[in-house]
Amino acid sequence: MDFNWLHRYASPMNFYSWSLAATPWLGAASAVLFAVGLAGGLIHAPPDYQQGESFRIIYVHVPSAWMSLFIYMVMVSAGTLGLVWHVKLGDMIARACAPIGAWFTFLALATGSLWGKPMWGTYWVWDARLTSELILLFLYLGYIALQGAIEDRRIAARAGAILALVGTVNIPIIHYSVEWWNTLHQGPTVTKFDSPSIDTSMLIPLLVMGLAYTFYFCTVVLIRTRCEILELERNTTWVKQRALEMGSV
Amino acid sequence: MGTEFFAMGGYAFYVWGSYGLSAVILIANAILPRIREKSLLNRIARGYSED
Repeated sequence: MDFNWLHRYASPMNFYSWSLAATPWLGAASAVLFAVGLAGGLIHAPPDYQQGESFRIIYVHVPSAWMSLFIYMVMVSAGTLGLVWHVKLGDMIARACAPIGAWFTFLALATGSLWGKPMWGTYWVWDARLTSELILLFLYLGYIALQGAIEDRRIAARAGAILALVGTVNIPIIHYSVEWWNTLHQGPTVTKFDSPSIDTSMLIPLLVMGLAYTFYFCTVVLIRTRCEILELERNTTWVKQRALEMGSV
Repeated sequence: MGTEFFAMGGYAFYVWGSYGLSAVILIANAILPRIREKSLLNRIARGYSED
């Protein structure tokens, strides 16, 4: 297969230009979606008939958990592009994904814990869902540690991509854990094949928050990838020129 | 929106705790890479290119 087109569009120089133009729009879209989602989730949605006001934690917990899985898949895909087709930008995107993914995983665990205490009576249980999500956090941290430990960037990227690829088995385990094992964690309410078991007034803010988090991730991953590009290509003419032109971005 | 809103039906600590924590981490994660990019550009402009 001919991947020349991919190498051209994924050249760090082209990527830098279009991502610089895209981030303000993505960031603004994310801010608007956050405003709408928060108003919907905190004010318009009625309290839950069983959980009362505590259910509102869903609007920060579930999007974080979605992102922790989604970012992992982006990281694996980008890493594989680098590993198999030697797309340098793939390695850079994968590297940029890891800390964001780790923070979202941490947030999913922490907000889940804050939800678990009033509803289950405990901050933590060693059940399948919580444990597999904790393993996801360790996969992200392992990837980051690997990047820090290996001096040669290409070897670090290759090792990271392989680690991420192997860790992919954990993703379906997290998703299906609430169906395969007995757990305190509630089952899926949105991604069921029949209609979701959540009222529209509660569902819409959740979907809006999900979009807000997705746009947020796109914004931040582009900025972080640009930092990777600047560090790796700092000796190239185009980066030096850029830096001189935009010393004040 | 009054004290009732902030009380969150007695779950204020858990609800505002998760929203507050999320806000702090998301805002920091948006600002810090931006600062890093600026300082990288500045350093490169000042001739930082040694390996």
